Amino acid sequence: MTEEKFDAIVVGAGPAGSAAAYTMAKAGLSVVLIERGEYPGAKNVMGGVMYGRMLADLIPTFAAEAPIERVIMEERLWITTDDSAVILGHKTAAPHGEVPNAFTVLRAKFDRWFASKAEQAGAFLIPATVVEDLIMRDGKVGGVRTGRPDGDLYADAVVLCDGVHSFLAKKAGLQTREIAPHEVALAVKEIITLPPDLIQERFNVGEGEGVTIELYGAVTQEMGGYGFIYTNRDSLSVGVGALISHFMRTKVTPNELLERLKQHPLVQPLLAGGQVAEYLAHAIPEGGYRAMPRLYGHGVLIAGDAAMMVNGLHREGSNLAMTAGRLAGETVVEAKGRNDFSATSLASYRRRLEESFVLKDLKKYQHLPEFVDRHPELLRIYPGLVNLAIHEMLTVDGMPKRDKQRKIWKAVTARRPLWRLITDAYRAWKVIR
Amino acid sequence: MKLEEKLYLLSYKHDKQSHISIRDNDICGTACAKTWGRPCTTFCPANVYAWDGEKITASFENCVECTSCLTGCPYHNIDWRLPRGGYGVQYRNG
Ligand SMILES: Cc1cc2nc3c(=O)[nH]c(=O)nc-3n(C[C@H](O)[C@H](O)[C@H](O)COP(=O)(O)OP(=O)(O)OC[C@H]3O[C@@H](n4cnc5c(N)ncnc54)[C@H](O)[C@@H]3O)c2cc1C
Repeated sequence: MTEEKFDAIVVGAGPAGSAAAYTMAKAGLSVVLIERGEYPGAKNVMGGVMYGRMLADLIPTFAAEAPIERVIMEERLWITTDDSAVILGHKTAAPHGEVPNAFTVLRAKFDRWFASKAEQAGAFLIPATVVEDLIMRDGKVGGVRTGRPDGDLYADAVVLCDGVHSFLAKKAGLQTREIAPHEVALAVKEIITLPPDLIQERFNVGEGEGVTIELYGAVTQEMGGYGFIYTNRDSLSVGVGALISHFMRTKVTPNELLERLKQHPLVQPLLAGGQVAEYLAHAIPEGGYRAMPRLYGHGVLIAGDAAMMVNGLHREGSNLAMTAGRLAGETVVEAKGRNDFSATSLASYRRRLEESFVLKDLKKYQHLPEFVDRHPELLRIYPGLVNLAIHEMLTVDGMPKRDKQRKIWKAVTARRPLWRLITDAYRAWKVIR
Repeated sequence: MKLEEKLYLLSYKHDKQSHISIRDNDICGTACAKTWGRPCTTFCPANVYAWDGEKITASFENCVECTSCLTGCPYHNIDWRLPRGGYGVQYRNG
């Protein structure tokens, strides 16, 4: 039997994997892309906001063919209490041009399309197949063992894009410790169908245009996380997530949390009349820079969620995954030119990531995950205070404004003494500056 | 809406063999019950884990493969593996 040997094997057909496979196939390498789902996207969940720039780096004309739900024209931030919210946002009426900045997607559809682009570029997609182990040859990763009979495949390089809780990162020796529950969030969401016209009316946007809402504060019931409502063409993605460590402690069930969010008096009207079409759950690697595994070894590279590349504060993950996948692909293409797939040869992957926004942003926020884990109470206290202050200022009851300011200040300091306000502000500034 | 009704909306390709097992039942009954209150029975978004009075049972056919139990079990006592290729949950939207 002749053995099947390729230039590269990519494990996982999410944004990272398809980006890596596309990049290498386009450069003429023989590439296999292995996905455990019946089709790419069958296992994948996200809130749904993707970013155009990083996709355009690969496929400049994507906007004309990708399954985009709605182009985001407005982003809102709700700082909630149980029955009120302070609302911030940004809306643009500027035409979004060829490359929209942000748009919603449904992953079961998007991932299929993106993997098909890798196929068109020449990659060979093998779905419904689990990579169970890595094959070591000549002191390096030299292939994968799949769950199929006679399912060994060989390659010069293996790119691991198998997502959060990557089993293969451990097998490759890149991840040498257990991931901790405060380094991963669990999110649940629902697809709630509504007619497109009604969505446009309720969210005050035109056809093909959409809105994002992130909800902080009371909606996560004193857990580190946030809720979201994103508009799709004929549905809404409504979800909420929090750190697993906080779920473990509070014993709030994810479904309760989601139901509470949906029943919030300010959320309910947006969903009214909608039908739940699908319920989904997925983990998000939130540990950030300090929780990342090693990024490469002999014959192996790792990208995307498998490598903890998520910027939770900015709701970015798919774009980091895509960029890292592309850079991993470029690294392998270059290594192929030298015919050297040792760790030394693949080390330029890390350099590329360091020069890009991926590691720069992850480094910038490296202390944030720990902060969120330790201080979930701040997500209750501050939204409460901000709502209280604004509510008081807006209540026209004959009280002079200066007295109102005093009243607010007294109420605030009664809940959080001054020295606390100062240390909170200082700490928060330190982790996001 | 109840969780059962939501899970009912999902498409699965069911396997006969379970991809989930509990490594050591004693831990769930003793150390975990005392120290942690068996968090898997609450954080699992698909209600896979339940305490039947003696042990944790795993209704693997409900599993949506979110992987939370890999880190959420304080004793790493849940042996959760990827379902075989093509089996398990199949999201239509994602
Ligand atoms: C609820 C939620 C909301 C989110 N919202 C946003 C958002 O709005 N914007 C944003 O940018 N990011 C968001 N993210 C993060 C984003 O989804 C991820 O960062 C992104 O999907 C990572 O891509 P990936 O390719 O690394 O991993 P994944 O998309 O998880 O892909 C991994 C792939 O590998 C496959 N696989 C795993 N193991 C194996 C194996 N052994 N063999 C074969 N195949 C395997 C899986 O089936 C999967 O297809 C969100 C995440 C969640 C959970």
